[in-house]
Amino acid sequence: MSQLKQFFNSSIGKKLVMATTGILLILFLVIHLINNLLLFGGPDAFNQNVALLESIKPLIRVIEVILALIFIYHIYNAYKLWWENKKANPEKYAVSAKKENSTIYSRTMVITGSVIFIFLVIHLYTLWGKYNFGMEGSENYFEVIKTLFANPIWAAFYFIIMIFLGYHINHAFQSSFQTFGWSSKKYTPLVKKIGTFLAIIFAVGFASIPVYFFLISLGGQG
Amino acid sequence: MIKLDSKVPEGKLSEKWTNHKFNMKVINPANKRKFDIIVVGSGLAGASAAASLGELGYKVKVFSFHDSARRAHSIAAQGGINAAKNYQNDSDSVYRLFYDTIKGGDFRGREANTWRLAEISNNIIDQCVAQGVPFAREYGGTLANRSFGGAQVSRTFYARGETGQQLLLGAYSSMNRQVNLGNVEVFPRREFLDVVIVDGHARGIIVRNLVTGELEKYASQAVVLASGGYVNVYFLSTNAMNSNATAAWRAHKRGAAFANPCYTQIHPTCLPVHGEGQSKLVLMSEGLRNDGRIWVPKKAGDNRNPNEIPENERDYYLERKYPAFGNLVPRDVASRNAKYVCDEGKGVGGGKAVYLDFTDAFKRIGIDAVKDKYGNLFDMYANITGFDPYKVPMQIYPAPHYGMGGLWVDYELMSTIPGMFVLGEANFSDHGSNRLGASALMQGLSDGYFIIPYTMGNYLGTEKPEKVDVERSEFKEAQQNVEENINKLLSINGKQTVDSIHKRLGHLLIDKVGMSRNEKGLKEVINQIRDLREEFWTDLQVVGNAKSINQTLERAGRVADFLELGELMAIDALNRNESCGAHFREEYQTEEGEALRNDEEYKYVAAWEYKKEGEWELHKEDLEFENVKLATRSYK
Amino acid sequence: MSEKNIDLTLNIWRQESPEAKGHFEKFEEEISPDASILEVLDEINNRLEAEGKAPIAFESDCREGICGTCGLVVNGHPHGPLPKTATCQLHMRNFKDGDTLYIEPFRATAFKVLKDLIVDRSGFDKIQVAGGFISFNTGSAPDGNAILISKELADQALDAAECIGCGACVAACKNSSAMLFVSAKVSHFALLPQGKPERYERVQSMVKVMDENLFGSCTNTYACEAECPKGISVLNIARMNREYFMAELKTGTDE
Repeated sequence: MSQLKQFFNSSIGKKLVMATTGILLILFLVIHLINNLLLFGGPDAFNQNVALLESIKPLIRVIEVILALIFIYHIYNAYKLWWENKKANPEKYAVSAKKENSTIYSRTMVITGSVIFIFLVIHLYTLWGKYNFGMEGSENYFEVIKTLFANPIWAAFYFIIMIFLGYHINHAFQSSFQTFGWSSKKYTPLVKKIGTFLAIIFAVGFASIPVYFFLISLGGQG
Repeated sequence: MIKLDSKVPEGKLSEKWTNHKFNMKVINPANKRKFDIIVVGSGLAGASAAASLGELGYKVKVFSFHDSARRAHSIAAQGGINAAKNYQNDSDSVYRLFYDTIKGGDFRGREANTWRLAEISNNIIDQCVAQGVPFAREYGGTLANRSFGGAQVSRTFYARGETGQQLLLGAYSSMNRQVNLGNVEVFPRREFLDVVIVDGHARGIIVRNLVTGELEKYASQAVVLASGGYVNVYFLSTNAMNSNATAAWRAHKRGAAFANPCYTQIHPTCLPVHGEGQSKLVLMSEGLRNDGRIWVPKKAGDNRNPNEIPENERDYYLERKYPAFGNLVPRDVASRNAKYVCDEGKGVGGGKAVYLDFTDAFKRIGIDAVKDKYGNLFDMYANITGFDPYKVPMQIYPAPHYGMGGLWVDYELMSTIPGMFVLGEANFSDHGSNRLGASALMQGLSDGYFIIPYTMGNYLGTEKPEKVDVERSEFKEAQQNVEENINKLLSINGKQTVDSIHKRLGHLLIDKVGMSRNEKGLKEVINQIRDLREEFWTDLQVVGNAKSINQTLERAGRVADFLELGELMAIDALNRNESCGAHFREEYQTEEGEALRNDEEYKYVAAWEYKKEGEWELHKEDLEFENVKLATRSYK
Repeated sequence: MSEKNIDLTLNIWRQESPEAKGHFEKFEEEISPDASILEVLDEINNRLEAEGKAPIAFESDCREGICGTCGLVVNGHPHGPLPKTATCQLHMRNFKDGDTLYIEPFRATAFKVLKDLIVDRSGFDKIQVAGGFISFNTGSAPDGNAILISKELADQALDAAECIGCGACVAACKNSSAMLFVSAKVSHFALLPQGKPERYERVQSMVKVMDENLFGSCTNTYACEAECPKGISVLNIARMNREYFMAELKTGTDE
């Protein structure tokens, strides 16, 4: 086995993969969120941005492929680790003390991650897929989103998932710093706070969209 | 018939070891790998010996009854390790360390050995630092020292209250390096049960695999016993639960003389006993006596809260009786005096404890400084007793801690069985009748790192032993002997448990062969131990079989040996009609109650040869003191 | 010291051999609050032995919290619920009258149960043999004060070196990862100037053997730190990660 392969197959190497891909995904979420928040500016502002991105389509496609690879590697690696760790620890204790010795965020990464994974697939279908393959000539993307979240089930679904996302990020951010080896008595408390701050921003920021459009839809009817 | 030959080299004391190293045979590097050496025990002495012998190129097999070599009881030594570095510029020297040790041992140690120990002490510190032992440091980056009982200079190197742990991990890591290089092989979970003697030389051992229960035979060209001390004979002691005398005792029964078994040290700073269910006594480092002051109420039966007892109603008895050394008198003196004040009814916390008070230290250097030095010990105390030592003075009481006695060895650390070397606490060598604080670690490492590598070469180079096969009759005979012993234990089928008999033995010994002994008590106790042994062999209950993990069986074998050793301790104490160091005979004391030696008649090492059960022959090694004047030990 | 005794229900894991199926055995006990939990087991064993029944197999040695031999899981906590305390130092005054305790062995694939509460932790030794040392031969050491080491650094190294190798970190980890243990060892040597020359080879060899011995991966839940009887910090894991990355960057690049 080459040294590099050995490195990425080691327990620490796999952690590094999780952390690096995770941080890149967080960066993606930042951009995603900024784009989303333009929805609050109304159809014109949002659609202008859509048009701008449309004008650099080839670049966007490249970014999408890279992003997809990052997602896939992140998810694949996560399940691989989960499976290996399961094998390393097959038996549970009669009484669990997990609540007392660790946070729920840290223990449930694979669950919150899986939920987000499922969401991702659906999300790609409902919005990304719709935009890229399913939009009819007269529709604009703003309207598509507005219509989707007027449905209370979709709005509620997106809203709930964003809570899971917040949970996931809350652990993920500081955990990746630990994995990179950037932990210290001095800075780690701050990193944890930033992680929680990011988690809240993402959860609230993303969740505000379905809530906003759902409320608008109510207003429109009433 | 044993003949004791100490092989102490001729010449000036300070040159003996250097000259001897030159005179000893050396084996050329290519030939060393042809020699197999067995090391029993993986504590400081065993691990350091295995590491050093492995480095030289010998093929070493290490046996330990622990699940990992790192667990040996050396790990629990807290206080520190002495060395005559004189880093503090306070007049320390090899001579002073030597003199303190000889005097601390009440002139019952072998001069040449003790000198060598002091001489080597400095190399040990260098060695350990190079291994990565994180000794305490001054802000400038140099090694820090503290003072310890029995010395007026600061020469003790330490790593918080965990010096033993750090030194053992150092030795263990050096040993692991040799395992990695293929020179050392470690066999954990194996208990030594007999030594195999071929043509008068130790050539192998029989061990029991504690997981499978199998008896295993191993052959070698020399055997090193570093199996630790024997004070668990008292049942309650500061030793680990599994510390035992079995290796030493089985070797003794095969011809290794046992020296000075009555020299057992009762450590002054231990936590008091809380009840019958107590399994062991916990030591608080003697280093605490540096900053803590020991006292009892002046009035017997005063059970006020200690913080409410005014200064003038406290008796700081050590400072009062020994103004020069105060709370830093040697261990035996501190222990005996604690016993006396408690016997007078001034003991606290139920009568069997004295206070160790840090109030003055808090005022003098601040709580933080005290915490930095002893934090973990304070935490341990609070955890065990439920009292906060930052608020209420600690309660302490003496507990059996160390056996100065052990298998007799010559200057080269070889026992009376040729080819069997004995290192560390298992031998009797360097501490006389009392060991000073912070010198057990020193001795274990000195034996292992710096003595055995030379003397082993001398033995192998002189004898040139051939390899032997484990199918020889001697191995079969030894294995059979062990097997019979195990079967005997399993077939008694009586009613009493191993622990209950061990406890009774402990009570007998602490009572009559403890801090203070007398002829009547010793004569009584010899018979009582014999009766107890009889009871053991007729009414013991050992559950289970020998074919798997059976901890009861392990303990039963050890207690069987303790029951014989206990008798020899009493016999030895009875034979020694004097008081010296830790051996205090009530008949022999000064008017002030201090130990009264009898140099005329007892300036010797009592080495006992095993004849048959309950019968020993005494051999005497006369002690020559050419370099120190025999003085009455005084710490006033 | 003692107040009055307390009544506890103890469910203790019994398992004849590694292959056998284990089960809990129930004991109703009246216990002195001053006794340690191991002394409670001692007493139960003494009684079982007197009745001719097999005692509960468990390991302990120093009973001062330093040798790392003992290790039981009490109600899901390796070494019991009291922080920074080894099993042998867990006194019954920490429990209330009427409490029910579940006492189990450390559980991990890497720690095979040998009997009842005894597990095989030899994986730890193998990791240390792989690189947990400084290579130099006896006798070649310079004077102890030849290398100056700041008090801060010596203290940090000692903080890591305090690890007692008990395996509680593995037992506490939902992945049975040994990273806290290994990182404590790596940190101890990596921090000190004496350990620097071999730092990269060391971390690589130790991590390799750790992975080979069926320990899981770290997912930063920090349960290890919470349960460690010596309070070894997870900052050591971060340091080990750094060492490992640096090792990857710095070794094998010249060939």
